Amino acid sequence: MTTAILDRLGARGRSVPAKYVPVLVTAGLFVAMFVVGGIRYEGFATGQVILNVFIDNAFLLVVAVGMTFVILTGGIDLSVGSVVALSTMISASLMAGPGWPPYLVVPLVLLIGSALGLVMGYIVHAFDIQPFIVTLAGMFLARGLCYTIGTDSIPIEDPTFTAFAQTRIDLFADLWISPSVVIAAVVVLVAAYVLHYTRLGRTVYATGGSEQSALLMGLRVGRTKVAVYTISGFCSALGGVLLSFYMLSGYGLHAVGMELDAIAAVVIGGTLLTGGSGFLLGTVLGVLVLGLIQTVLSFEGTLSSWWTKIFIGLLLFVFILLQRLFSARRRT
Amino acid sequence: MKRLLWPLLVLAALLAVNLFFTPSFFSVEMKEGHLYGSLIDILRFGAPLILVSLGMTLVIATGGIDLSVGSVVAISGALACLRISEDGGVFSAVVLALGLCVLLGLWNGFLVAGVGIQPIIATLILMVAGRGLAQLITDGQIITVNSPSYKVIGGGYLLTVPFGILLVLVVLGVTAFLTRRLALGVLIESVGGNAEASRLAGIRARGIVITVYAFAALCAGVAGLMISSNVSSADGNNAGLWIELDAILAVVIGGTSLSGGRFSLGGTVLGALIIQTLTTTIYSVGVPPETTLLVKALVVAAVCLLQSPKFRDKVFRRAGPPSSPRPAAEEKVRVTA
Repeated sequence: MTTAILDRLGARGRSVPAKYVPVLVTAGLFVAMFVVGGIRYEGFATGQVILNVFIDNAFLLVVAVGMTFVILTGGIDLSVGSVVALSTMISASLMAGPGWPPYLVVPLVLLIGSALGLVMGYIVHAFDIQPFIVTLAGMFLARGLCYTIGTDSIPIEDPTFTAFAQTRIDLFADLWISPSVVIAAVVVLVAAYVLHYTRLGRTVYATGGSEQSALLMGLRVGRTKVAVYTISGFCSALGGVLLSFYMLSGYGLHAVGMELDAIAAVVIGGTLLTGGSGFLLGTVLGVLVLGLIQTVLSFEGTLSSWWTKIFIGLLLFVFILLQRLFSARRRT
Repeated sequence: MKRLLWPLLVLAALLAVNLFFTPSFFSVEMKEGHLYGSLIDILRFGAPLILVSLGMTLVIATGGIDLSVGSVVAISGALACLRISEDGGVFSAVVLALGLCVLLGLWNGFLVAGVGIQPIIATLILMVAGRGLAQLITDGQIITVNSPSYKVIGGGYLLTVPFGILLVLVVLGVTAFLTRRLALGVLIESVGGNAEASRLAGIRARGIVITVYAFAALCAGVAGLMISSNVSSADGNNAGLWIELDAILAVVIGGTSLSGGRFSLGGTVLGALIIQTLTTTIYSVGVPPETTLLVKALVVAAVCLLQSPKFRDKVFRRAGPPSSPRPAAEEKVRVTA
């Protein structure tokens, strides 16, 4: 069936370049899910449902943006979930124990996350060790640091944090978003600008396309690789800050398995896991699709939470198959 | 054998640390006809990890990776416990569970070899969906079974030795025979070195890749039975969680390169034992168990850095003449040898 759709898309003319098709398919899927949900459930087809998906997944969106950078270079970052947890843990413990003010804690957390990413990126680049293994060690390290800080959940009672968590930004016609959504949106816009309009962004694509060619062209491949892991570390730390707004607690078991969600969002968004091809908009759509699955399941009511995992697995399968068909077509 | 030197030294060092803190660490005694002792415990609790790592070794030798083993562990335990709690037939339950695992492995192999998807992604699908599947089988509950014959797999004894250890020895023996006495091992390494060249040389690369994924899933299935039988219950949510990472770690520590093309079963067993001993050591030395992950991270980092030719060149350059200016070339020679 997918082949038929692909052929039709191809036959319709050259107006849709092949590189946009995965993103379009994801967008189509999102719209279809929304329409079907709207027909099936009362009160589903409202703007607030989509905004709620953004509100509930703002942290995942930020993390997935960082993951997109890494995957575009052909790497992978397994440490994101642990870094998110570490960020919530550090901010909660610093504010609860010594009573540090938020304007010191947040920059410190962002700095720690970036530093972790920097170190991992340096090891990947300098010693030629597979990103999978290096970030796996980073994942153990960050999770271990969480448990060393404390094994219990630490509540956050700082007035600035709670105020931030409870603020509602009213849009038109009863629609509202949380400040976290604004932060996530800014991150997406900045990241999109960096990827498409700066030298760093173009080098990211070149490195993922063919590292050898990029090197021969005189691009700074090594520096770029270190940079993407640093960006991913920064985004994970920022995601952790947003998660602590959302949860108002720090806990070593927060965001377990989030790296899988982030990778799934990037893949569903149409980014090739071999690197070099994909868009940030796709990642945003991927996060939205993941969020909408959960919304649909909660509206359905009778379906249990594990169906989320099965559906995500199925979606992953379909989109990977789609990617495979595309790369096969491009070669012929 | 030189490859096994580092893992052996690490294991010896870990055991020495244990001996220092608990002088009776090496004593093995007989109680009620069973063998008891810290060393036996390490083997017994490490048995599932060794099994999963053995399967993972062969997959990694073909240049692949299998992230789904943790989910397969959960599925196998869940299905077996469900069947036993329904009608009590242990044998049919075990056969059914292992059959499903092989099927899942074939699915992974089909995605990798048939469709041509990157292994890490192909198995990611089952890793995510499989966890859901296991919870679907157990209906999100923890299924407890009361079956003495099922309990034997993970908690029983045969001829004074824990049954799990015997099971591992049998699987290890069969695998070693198949891969080192027959041509299969060479074929696997050749596919890992260059799948396309192997195919042109007349090796059925696809068949071999599919076989190793099925084997990895089967090993994971047996490990799943062991884990769930040891506690007489199946937990679809937590059984085998992160065991795939430990298994990959064991394989890497054992000196099998992640890029494929060569493998060492002995190294993998050593690697798995190192991980299990590390956990035991942390408990016996009195370091808070929360720091297990921290120590693990440091060990992984150290082992990986030591194995990186670039790192050794950079750090040990002054210590002697540059040992191998072209490590990549040397690697290729070893593959074809």
